[in-house]
Amino acid sequence: MESQLGLIEQSFDLRYSGGVREALNELPDSFTITDPCISGHPIVFASNGFLKIFGYSKDEVIGRNGRMFQGPKTNRRSVMEIREAIREERAIQTNLLNYRKDGTPFWMLFHMCPVFGKEDGRVIHFVGVQVPIPRRPRRSRSTVVGNTGNLCENGARFREGMFRCCRREVCLDTVMELGCGSALDSVSSPDDREIEINEPCETSELEKRKANAAVSNVLSVLTHHSELTGKLVCGKRCCLSGTGLLGSSLNISLGRIKQSFVLSDPHLPDMPIVYASDTFLELTGYARHEVLGHNSRFLSGLDTDPATQFQIKECIRTEQPCTVRILNYRKDKTPFWNLLHISPVRNASGKVAYFVGVQIDDSCKNQEEHGLSPQRRQLSVVGAVKVAVRSLSIGASTS
Amino acid sequence: MMLRIKRVPTVVSNFQKEEAEEDSRHAGGCGRNCFRSCCLPGAKLPFYAFKKMNKIEGEKKSVGSENKESPVAFLDSLLLGEWEDRMQRGLFRYDVTACETKVIPGQCGFIAQLNEGRHLKKRPTEFRVDKVLQPFDENKFNFTKVGQEEVLFQFEPSMDNDVQFFPNAPIDIENSPSVVAINVSPIEYGHILLIPRILGCLPQRIDRDSFLLALYMAAEAGNPYFRLGYNSLGAFATINHLHFQAYYLAVPFPIERAPTRKITTTSGGVKICDILNYPVRGLVFEGGNPLEELSNVVSDSCICLQDNNIPYNVLIADSGRRIFLFPQCYAEKQALGEVSSELLDTQVNPAVWEISGHMVLKRKEDYEEASEENAWRLLAEVSLSEERFHEVKELLFEAISCSIEEDKGVTQNLLEESDFCPQSLEDVDALKGSHPGIVSV
Repeated sequence: MESQLGLIEQSFDLRYSGGVREALNELPDSFTITDPCISGHPIVFASNGFLKIFGYSKDEVIGRNGRMFQGPKTNRRSVMEIREAIREERAIQTNLLNYRKDGTPFWMLFHMCPVFGKEDGRVIHFVGVQVPIPRRPRRSRSTVVGNTGNLCENGARFREGMFRCCRREVCLDTVMELGCGSALDSVSSPDDREIEINEPCETSELEKRKANAAVSNVLSVLTHHSELTGKLVCGKRCCLSGTGLLGSSLNISLGRIKQSFVLSDPHLPDMPIVYASDTFLELTGYARHEVLGHNSRFLSGLDTDPATQFQIKECIRTEQPCTVRILNYRKDKTPFWNLLHISPVRNASGKVAYFVGVQIDDSCKNQEEHGLSPQRRQLSVVGAVKVAVRSLSIGASTS
Repeated sequence: MMLRIKRVPTVVSNFQKEEAEEDSRHAGGCGRNCFRSCCLPGAKLPFYAFKKMNKIEGEKKSVGSENKESPVAFLDSLLLGEWEDRMQRGLFRYDVTACETKVIPGQCGFIAQLNEGRHLKKRPTEFRVDKVLQPFDENKFNFTKVGQEEVLFQFEPSMDNDVQFFPNAPIDIENSPSVVAINVSPIEYGHILLIPRILGCLPQRIDRDSFLLALYMAAEAGNPYFRLGYNSLGAFATINHLHFQAYYLAVPFPIERAPTRKITTTSGGVKICDILNYPVRGLVFEGGNPLEELSNVVSDSCICLQDNNIPYNVLIADSGRRIFLFPQCYAEKQALGEVSSELLDTQVNPAVWEISGHMVLKRKEDYEEASEENAWRLLAEVSLSEERFHEVKELLFEAISCSIEEDKGVTQNLLEESDFCPQSLEDVDALKGSHPGIVSV
């Protein structure tokens, strides 16, 4: 059974040769590397530059999701944009308000880009670079007169108009004037220093150059260290993502479902498992690579009732959901009664794309978690999977 | 002059009959397990009690304690599990996941769905569209007439400030619970109806309490792809019984991607913005602490529109953090014969989902030929004009009485007309030079 930390170590160790972490830490920049294939899309590496700026120690950050640095004043639209970029496996550069460990917010230019496996085009990691945007001292901005600070919006909004209409060169100074920083304290109106408009504003060329350079450097290190293991990565997708491999966005979505289930692809020969949840691996004792690509019949054994197996086959053939109670075996050969629910899952085309199998260890059935019956919990997995598969196949396919 | 339009109402319940049949129903025991006094006593439903969290407390928690991941929230699981259960029991008129759907290529990312089964080939009914507030009519279809099996769970605030769930709780008829029911003609997976105080038989009109309930549901589900929507009468609500709708769709809505421009911030910290570069004019509300602050600003705005007989739609997005408000006038135009037949033929009634950018099309040709241009054109018809929208905004700001500085008018003009395309450097300088007085105090 793989622990979270173990998976995080492996995320790097399996792909990059030794010394990669040290090489990355020789870079002065602030950046994090995340792994979308691990449930929760956690940070697997954080540079020293990053830890310094944010004020966290390595252990406080590794294994956690990047949203931990967001807070109440973080612009929701930017958050959405980043989420969508991850989903669509593409790069993004946007201004973002983040919070340090001591709770102080600051603006930064956030540049994120995917790292692709060269042979299969899969997203291996996401690299996120943070370039803080320095605050300029506020001039001639009045101290707020009593109320909400709407008076200050006057000037701010004037600049906003200018700001909104101007090209990058002009914005350079304007943005500094606005001091794309946020309110650090409760004294003045928070809006003063916020970007008044919610559309991504243009930052200075300096910040952008820094971000691009940092990304370049990181990719360089990663590419070099992947050559040594033979599992190449690159910054651009070199080939179409292989069939049978789920896009990272689906991986991320499915990773949120904390129950035992697998996804099998009926369009591939022998209908192999293309996704297995962590809980499934815990239940059955197998490692992920032992399970992916195999038909789930490996769970059955000597005393498994062939009639039940036939029932499952029939349901799959007729594309109908079914629930059966089947005797299965763990990796260590111990048997368990599996209350198995299988359901077809359609994608945006309306046709069946996968079958989801949700397992419940019958001996643990008595635990009424939160009051949802095991059957209901199974169905909730089906629902969540249906939403994910349908929604994530809706857009123009990038993978 | 009364304005009416004819349309075939969407069937949201298996017990929704045509009006003629409704009248023949008698008050005594109907024997079909409905939600009225004939069948309700003794009935039980799952009961979800949500925590009325103090948002400040919530924020403090989120900063720094945002844990590894956000697993599927319990409410999410409950809703999905119950919905899938009803699916497998055959309560829906069709399998919505078997309906083809796509994102229309273009800048906006409109989402189109081909759903031929949603609308019935029935005789269209007449709807009055010139009155946003209409009294509840017991004789028309309302949600007390749905079958109990169509109701998924009760949704109420918790007594002791902690989330609680009871899989089988009696229904407190005296205090009329709020419930969540399925929409048997779903637009997407998980399409439900949130019905505040169902037994109170409230007409379709927003009040502070009901809106807060909806907002809590959005926050509690904790899923940015689970959005709630509201249509006022005259803005394509067909059932005059207070309800919100919601469903799951894990793609961004075009409206959510539209750039915005801040107009003002209320004293409670609620930011109000104009929506830019979008065919329908509207406002978006964000922020405020606690949640009630945001809720009240929006519901007061809705109440103002209602009182002024302006039809509108509301979209609650981003787990309750962003709320979009669209006053509209399409139904009025339709009744006055001002909408082109081409648009009418698509039979798309632009309610909240359509306005947000999610279009359900019933004809294959409309789906095949769906384009950003067509979608934009349809939605542009829904929008209030620039002038009218400006008037409505004035009305709203007055109603929610936020302090706006005196010379807002000037800056407003300055900015309102400015295009979204970049201006030349000279213009910018001109701007700078000509309005020195606007630089703040």
